[in-house]
Amino acid sequence: MFRGSLAWEGVSGLGLRTFIEGWPVYRQLTGTDPLGRGAAAKSDGSRALTARTDTADSVARSVCPYCAVGCGQRVFVKDGRVSQIEGDPDSPISRGRLCPKGSASKSLVTSPLRQTTVRYRRPYSTQWEDLDLDTALDMIADRILAAREQTWEDVDTQGRPLNRTLGISSLGGATLDNEENYLIKKLFTAMGALQIENQARI
Amino acid sequence: MAEAHPVGFQWVMEAKRRGAKVFHVDPRFTRTSAVADAYLPIRAGTDIALLGGVVRYILDNELDFREYVLAYTNAATIVSAEFSDTEDGDGFFSGFDPETGTYVQDSWQYEGHEGSSGSGHTAQERDSAAGLTHESHGAQVGGQTRRDETLQHPRCVYQILKRHFSRYTPEMVERVCGISEAQFLELARAWTQNSGRDRTGMLVYSVGWTQHSVGVQYIRTGAIIQLLLGNMGRPGGGVMALRGHASIQGSTDIPTLFNLLPGYLPMPHHAEHPSFDEWVDSIRHPGQKGFWGNARSFAASLLKAYWGDAATPENDFCYGYLPRMTGDHGTYQQVLNMIDGKIKGYFLLGQNPAVGSAHGRAQRLGMANLDWLVVRDLFMIESATFWQNGPEVATGEIVPQECRTEVFFLPAASHVEKEGTFTQTQRLLQWREKAVEPPGDARSELWFFYHLGRKLREKLAGSPLPRDRALLDLTWDYPTHGPHAEPSAEAVLREINGYDVATGAPLSSFAEARADGSTAVGCWIYTGVYADGVNQAARRKSRHEQDWVAAEWGWAWPANRRILYNRASADPDGNPWSERKRYVWWDADKGEWTGYDVPDFEKTKPPSYRPPSGASGTEGIAGDDPFVMQGDGKGWLYAPSGVLDGPLPTHYEPVESPVRNPLYGQQANPTRKMYAHPVNSVNPSPPQEHSQVFPYVFTVSRLTEHHTAGAMSRTVSPLAELQPEMFVEVSPELAGEVGLAHLGWAHLVSGRAVIEAKVLVTDRLTPLRVDGRVIHQVWLPYHFGFEGLVTGDSANDLFGISLDPNVLIQESKVGTCDVRPGRRPTGPALLDLVADYQRRAGINPGRGWGSSPIPASVSVARRVRWPARSGTVCRRVASICWVCRTTTPAL
Ligand code: SF4
Ligand code: SF4
Repeated sequence: MFRGSLAWEGVSGLGLRTFIEGWPVYRQLTGTDPLGRGAAAKSDGSRALTARTDTADSVARSVCPYCAVGCGQRVFVKDGRVSQIEGDPDSPISRGRLCPKGSASKSLVTSPLRQTTVRYRRPYSTQWEDLDLDTALDMIADRILAAREQTWEDVDTQGRPLNRTLGISSLGGATLDNEENYLIKKLFTAMGALQIENQARI
Repeated sequence: MAEAHPVGFQWVMEAKRRGAKVFHVDPRFTRTSAVADAYLPIRAGTDIALLGGVVRYILDNELDFREYVLAYTNAATIVSAEFSDTEDGDGFFSGFDPETGTYVQDSWQYEGHEGSSGSGHTAQERDSAAGLTHESHGAQVGGQTRRDETLQHPRCVYQILKRHFSRYTPEMVERVCGISEAQFLELARAWTQNSGRDRTGMLVYSVGWTQHSVGVQYIRTGAIIQLLLGNMGRPGGGVMALRGHASIQGSTDIPTLFNLLPGYLPMPHHAEHPSFDEWVDSIRHPGQKGFWGNARSFAASLLKAYWGDAATPENDFCYGYLPRMTGDHGTYQQVLNMIDGKIKGYFLLGQNPAVGSAHGRAQRLGMANLDWLVVRDLFMIESATFWQNGPEVATGEIVPQECRTEVFFLPAASHVEKEGTFTQTQRLLQWREKAVEPPGDARSELWFFYHLGRKLREKLAGSPLPRDRALLDLTWDYPTHGPHAEPSAEAVLREINGYDVATGAPLSSFAEARADGSTAVGCWIYTGVYADGVNQAARRKSRHEQDWVAAEWGWAWPANRRILYNRASADPDGNPWSERKRYVWWDADKGEWTGYDVPDFEKTKPPSYRPPSGASGTEGIAGDDPFVMQGDGKGWLYAPSGVLDGPLPTHYEPVESPVRNPLYGQQANPTRKMYAHPVNSVNPSPPQEHSQVFPYVFTVSRLTEHHTAGAMSRTVSPLAELQPEMFVEVSPELAGEVGLAHLGWAHLVSGRAVIEAKVLVTDRLTPLRVDGRVIHQVWLPYHFGFEGLVTGDSANDLFGISLDPNVLIQESKVGTCDVRPGRRPTGPALLDLVADYQRRAGINPGRGWGSSPIPASVSVARRVRWPARSGTVCRRVASICWVCRTTTPAL
């Protein structure tokens, strides 16, 4: 924009007005954007830019995964990948705001440090190995059945039912969905595993 | 709050802009203090003394909201003549049983109800964290109570309260908490002046309150104040818990907790609940007033949701399939059992105990002694790599080649890669839409558990064993979709909501639940979230298009009610207390309750309704009894049952404290849960000897930029960059005393561990004058561990394991330590340093500290002054009492 001043001498009356109107400070003083944070600050360069939120293929209404305030999020998706996560201005809880953690949600879900494959460490081993997901699930199921077998308690010393195993423990749930907690509790209860805990105890 | 719940804090700032006065009480000056009107530095662990001071201030100056207190609380109710207070027992209420370290609660009851406490099982109640079952309802009271509406009877709750807190004077507050009289009075004045007909005051707390050996009583003290001032059930009032995880409320309601089933139904106990009828009656208390009268319907409908066609009235809906508790099965007991080799397998689901739980070394040693461990997380966390990179590998306590634990790491789907509901801190369910597919092998927990269950059932098909019936009869047929056969979260939510078994139609309210097997309900308090077959939690009507209650954004349990007990927002006649605080009221013309919120009362029960004599259940609740889940319909200033460490909050020192309790001979909570185990220990406190070995108080909390154990923040570059290093905040005075340099290193030693941190010398920490001497406190963030982009020693390693008796939550907001300049030793020298401190402090880990049975060798010393039961004797052994853990008898 400022480059225009180099041509100062050559501008005609009409050109001068265009030039002045093109000057951000003038637009800021006379236009609808006195703080200079919107229209007044635009340049040809910035006019050519588009927000990631405009070009998204879809938007999912979501909720921040960190603390329990429950701020609303809008998750913007482009080409099957998360392109941006912003606060949801409609939310009566958060009114569009996100704190540093909520604002970092996109970095969280797209972090290169995320593990995306199953890792397996054998007893007494000094390293990780790869393992197929279905094999892992199968091995875990076998270990659950073995632990039940080894530690099952049918009745107490007076013959009252116990129906349980104290050989299996679980910790976690506060970061998960209600539906997930429901299935976790239901399955563990049916397998007789009692020692199910989460962050609410901590 | 600005620090840990920043966006929630915008509402505090909004209130401040409209004239509210904001007080911030915290051991450390934080971002909240910076914008508060007043900052009160407090000695960690002394909140009951401060709040008790406020209670005394209210009662002494008769500043309670008398009309509210008389009508809606139990202030006028008369308590048993057998009750004796901590004022008379030097820190003990009547009924203490030194053998178990718990109370027999008969004498705490209302007059004429002495036999109804369900007492005699308090040790068992502690083990099963029975206090948690009161989250959605109060404890029982049967029949009518005697009252004195003039509040003059010496045994009415009001007078008992007055006597109990009479010594919590401003001078005492200053002596215990280190808060000046002037600052205390400013707080008490503002709180009382902003409560009443026209104004309400709010009390906000976070996890810092629950992580104490007296955590439940902290919150009770807050509730007493709010009831006395008429701040409960009214807009702008309440006791507001700010919880720390996206759905920690949901995982309590639909509990992944050992002692609960969905909707706060208790997990059965082998001796207490051998039959379905005994289990149900223990919840509904036949003859009791209030909404729990319908417990049979909730219980039968849950079992119907679990076991479908197999669950019939004839077989008690497969009640026999439920596993039974026999004692304490909480997470800390489990970890000690892991160390002892009693546990085979362990699942970690988005939780990182190696950093996030108290006594990190015990956590890691436990995990190193399993057959197998399954870790499901977004990132490679410390709890998955302890065998490789943990501090115990450096000290030689864990040798990878000798560590037998088989570890499965399974990547998890993130919050944008699955759909489902979180329940946020105000009981509000919000549905999340799925944005993208999870990467690679990453899957939701819904996927993992659904398919794990499928596999288990396939492997067991045809099994003749009775123990496998519960798995084989389980309803486990959720529809799946997509490339990975993801189960439908909506189908699960429908089951949680509940449905009519014959038609499959979703229920609209828990009142529709039936005890005859015709309804199935996964979590009765969530019934209505799928009312009319619509996912109500997915509602997203903009705040611009509805009123300030925003009832059409998400769905709150119960029944989409945003403020609980909101009947109390109207006076006994059903009219708003004031125009300004109008919320829910009685519409006499229409003959129903109405207002901005869903009324928390039977819709057409008039304020004038009085129960016929002998009425129970909801019929027994009068038209002016707003606290409908309580057995007497009243807000409890005094809790005649249900709180294991006493009917009234009492100031006890933290389990580890450099200070002798200035109020009572009893030093710490006598009912706290302790574990005698070789890895566990407690630093000595006065009047024990050697407390000066650990002269400083330390406390831990959060930073805005990190999240709990760091798995979701130390792995995220913008957050890691903002807070890149473990540090300890110390006052300039302490830095001078110990010789610490700003930005240099310090190490901190407790009886469990030594950790190091960079030093931040700052006047955010204030040395406090307590009981005539200066107490220094240091502060640490607890987010750091040895994995991720930024690493550091874990503050939680410093803590031992001592628990609140009501809920079995550990004291991990206050402990004692020594602070030394420089870096900590490494390798085996680190263990030598801790051992040296243990020796100097007289700590013999695992001995003399537990709540284990008293050895036969104990000689009878002398009778106690507050005989819990006649014939009770002091159990003091050699130098340390097994009961009170003090070195000097209370006499
Ligand atoms: S954005 Fe911040 S305040 Fe809001 S829910 Fe997330 S972590 Fe909590
Ligand atoms: S030392 Fe004896 S008298 Fe004193 S509290 Fe302990 S048990 Fe009671």
